[in-house]
Amino acid sequence: MNTCIECGAELNIPTGVMMGEILPCPDCGVELEVTNLTPLTVELAPQEMEDWGE
Amino acid sequence: MKIAILCSRVRVEEKLLFEAFETLGAPALRIDEREIAARIGEYAPQVDLLLERSISASAGLVALQLFEAAGVTTLNTHRTSETCADKIRTSIALARAGVDQPRTEIAFSTDAAIEAIERIGYPVVMKPPVGSWGRLLARINDRDAAEAVLEHKEVLGGVGHNIYYIQEFIEKPQRDIRAFVIGSETICAIYRTSPHWITNTARGGVATNCPVTDEITDICRRAALAVSGGEGGILALDLFEAPDGRLLVCEVNHTMEFRNSITTTGVNIPERMARYALEQAEARAVRV
Repeated sequence: MNTCIECGAELNIPTGVMMGEILPCPDCGVELEVTNLTPLTVELAPQEMEDWGE
Repeated sequence: MKIAILCSRVRVEEKLLFEAFETLGAPALRIDEREIAARIGEYAPQVDLLLERSISASAGLVALQLFEAAGVTTLNTHRTSETCADKIRTSIALARAGVDQPRTEIAFSTDAAIEAIERIGYPVVMKPPVGSWGRLLARINDRDAAEAVLEHKEVLGGVGHNIYYIQEFIEKPQRDIRAFVIGSETICAIYRTSPHWITNTARGGVATNCPVTDEITDICRRAALAVSGGEGGILALDLFEAPDGRLLVCEVNHTMEFRNSITTTGVNIPERMARYALEQAEARAVRV
């Protein structure tokens, strides 16, 4: 079971999840980045920076 | 043909792009810029084309230089991205090409900024030269607000915030237009409607389909060519409908987000992007 590293809630892992994908925690809302697929590992995603965007 | 997508954060857009390349029989490799350590003069990534999709404008620009130095075809090119990532460069490029845009002034001090603001007349909009998603935009309605914003930027802002990019405020009909350009062709457009003067979908603007008129096609083509040195690219243009009926180019985005625009327009934007990228890679291969 994959859980949020911030609050421990169970995560919804979408089919076809990719490295680098962001998974929002359904409970606390923190953004988690997928850093490994086997086993699936998440870390806190980097905070938005001033030069982020499109 | 080896295609790579440069991205650290995989947004919905990047997932759709990976799927599009897969569907076209050319699966794309993911390159995360955080994993790059490149020795200058020796960096030789084994790809034919890099589609730059970094969420960080700074990282994307540096990566483009490294890949272009290694002979890799890039989309967008460093030249185009450098112009689009900086609103001052964009405005200069548009002005040089005679493309209509809001009146814009650049000032290098708070005193000069006040002079520029009052030449334009209130209200004005002040934007950081580098920034996106409607972040840190300020609508300044009077002298008191101007002085307050300028003092905050001078005291709290970093180096980039002490160059002041000031535009006339355009009274638009509670919406602007986001047009998507591939090469120099406008493939679709949306209205972004909001009661707030900032209409970015990242800030709550609602997307609806906007018919691509001849006028939109023309101004987008000229603007896309202006910011890309005549090459065109994969670009998203924000247009204002001015009260006098003209369309004005507000900004040009070089790593466009489009998740809200596929269903809205009925155009498969990621597939069009992937097809264009493959065409560019093949054209480059023929030239070499």
